[in-house]
Amino acid sequence: MSTAVNIPSQFEIVDQPLDTQMTISMGPQHPSTHGVLRLELVLDGEMVVKATPDIGYLHTGMEKLFEYRKYQQGIVITDRMDYLNPLGNNLAYVMAVEKLLQLEIPERAQTIRVLFCELQRIASHLVWLGTHALDIGAMTVFFYAFREREKILNLIEAASGGRLTPSYFRIGGLMMDVPAGFERRVKQFLDDFPQAIKEFHTLVSGNRIFQKRTQGIGYISAEDAIDWGLSGPCLRGCGVNVDVRRTNPYSSYDQYDFEVPIEQDCDVWARYMVRMREMAESHKIVTQALSRLKPGSVKADAPKIVLPDREAMKTHMDALIHHFLIVAEGFDVPAGEVYHPIEASKGELGVYIKSIGGPKPARVHFRGPSFVNLSALPHIARGEMIADVVAIIGSLDIVLGEIDR
Amino acid sequence: MEEQNPHANAPEAPIEPDAGKTPSPTATALQRQHQEWVVEVVQALDETTIIVPRAHIAAACSFLKSAPGLEFNFLSDICGFDRGPEEDRRFEVNYHLFSTTKHHRVRLKVLLDEDDPHVPTVTGVWRTANWHERETYDLFGVIFDGHPDLRRILLPDDWQGHALRKDFPLRGYEPYSLE
Repeated sequence: MSTAVNIPSQFEIVDQPLDTQMTISMGPQHPSTHGVLRLELVLDGEMVVKATPDIGYLHTGMEKLFEYRKYQQGIVITDRMDYLNPLGNNLAYVMAVEKLLQLEIPERAQTIRVLFCELQRIASHLVWLGTHALDIGAMTVFFYAFREREKILNLIEAASGGRLTPSYFRIGGLMMDVPAGFERRVKQFLDDFPQAIKEFHTLVSGNRIFQKRTQGIGYISAEDAIDWGLSGPCLRGCGVNVDVRRTNPYSSYDQYDFEVPIEQDCDVWARYMVRMREMAESHKIVTQALSRLKPGSVKADAPKIVLPDREAMKTHMDALIHHFLIVAEGFDVPAGEVYHPIEASKGELGVYIKSIGGPKPARVHFRGPSFVNLSALPHIARGEMIADVVAIIGSLDIVLGEIDR
Repeated sequence: MEEQNPHANAPEAPIEPDAGKTPSPTATALQRQHQEWVVEVVQALDETTIIVPRAHIAAACSFLKSAPGLEFNFLSDICGFDRGPEEDRRFEVNYHLFSTTKHHRVRLKVLLDEDDPHVPTVTGVWRTANWHERETYDLFGVIFDGHPDLRRILLPDDWQGHALRKDFPLRGYEPYSLE
């Protein structure tokens, strides 16, 4: 009665009494694969013999799309890559274009960029914390983390009008200045957040089950981590002191006083601790950025590149002409190529832009930290238990929108 | 209008390689190690680009990874670029190197012909090159000789063509179906 079902050869269960190996497919609908990641796991009992990630389910050809859009239109595409850290993506892209244009950005705009990037880093880490704990079985943390994240999204919404896709950073500065009363709202968040971090530590760090599930799991040595190209908290969890904010400072990060958290244990727990400590450091940076906020312009003085104010358009004819030309034809970017790395919440986010002149880029490439971190999964997961694979995926903090692009 | 814009001259001027600047120590070290490894050095926008013949790319990477004083032990990225079907040397492959100890960066570039898009793999130097090379193969059709697992990574295995080539239409040739 059985109908012929065409099963791919790798999924056929080989009936050999002495060979207990089995291949199973985990995902793309599995809730712990954080989106549409599929893993092909070869198991020996409960132990992972081989893990092969299968990606591309979310591929939408964003890098191709950049080549058909003007430079300023590319910003909205970057929002949709790492959708938990859109302002970081915005920053990497606009700074790469600004480097090609050799634009000077006013101090106030740089400070606001730092402020929002660090808020976004906290928000991104909060999603990681909630889902990572959820994967391991601690459900309550998720609600606490999202409660705090909501406050940050409200701040981003107040400034840009968008919550997940703000597109707040523009080539040459910001979309607009922050609204009145913004400093007070950030200050309120800053006052509340240390208490929240304490709560997270009480809920998670002291939890014996969480410790047992993470300590000694997912080991990768520092040499292997560098060889596999890990970056961000994953690399710093292996005791390697690399943070792009320190090694290649951008957007005046060299003027801020903060610590780069390092852990030596190389396991899931170490990566957890790095991110927890990073949230406290980001809190420190936001506090400093807020105190450095001086009145001033948030747009570079480049009328052929930056859109004019609405008021100027009504009174100055050249402003109106510039506005028309920027919107209708775009602006020429001189030929050249740049690779601009920033420290996104997940690691080194590099943007490669090749320009051959004209208003559209010839090539835009994103070096997504999630993409590279995930490529090390076969190495990390080998020899681990299948239940620990979800802990390892959680500790890598991947976002499939950035991996598949 | 022109007078009001302080950037009126800057963006229009093409960025020339800075001939007067001090040559990059990385390029000098590469050249000293092997004369043939360096075809051209471009220094622009605070970045160094070294064009390397494709036959020597793996050897040059291996040297840069371990050379004392340089220590480019971290491969940030590999990405391709298609100059268009009308160009003689149609494809570029860019290698972005970083040093976790010296904190400096360099870009190596290999130029390839359309009818012979082969380049030796650097997976033997850095294992992270695996997925970067698969992506470049998938989207540009550049073949990395010696790669352990050169399959498509982002697009389906039976996809026709290479999507980031300039002659590949934005919306593809026909709707993709799983049949």
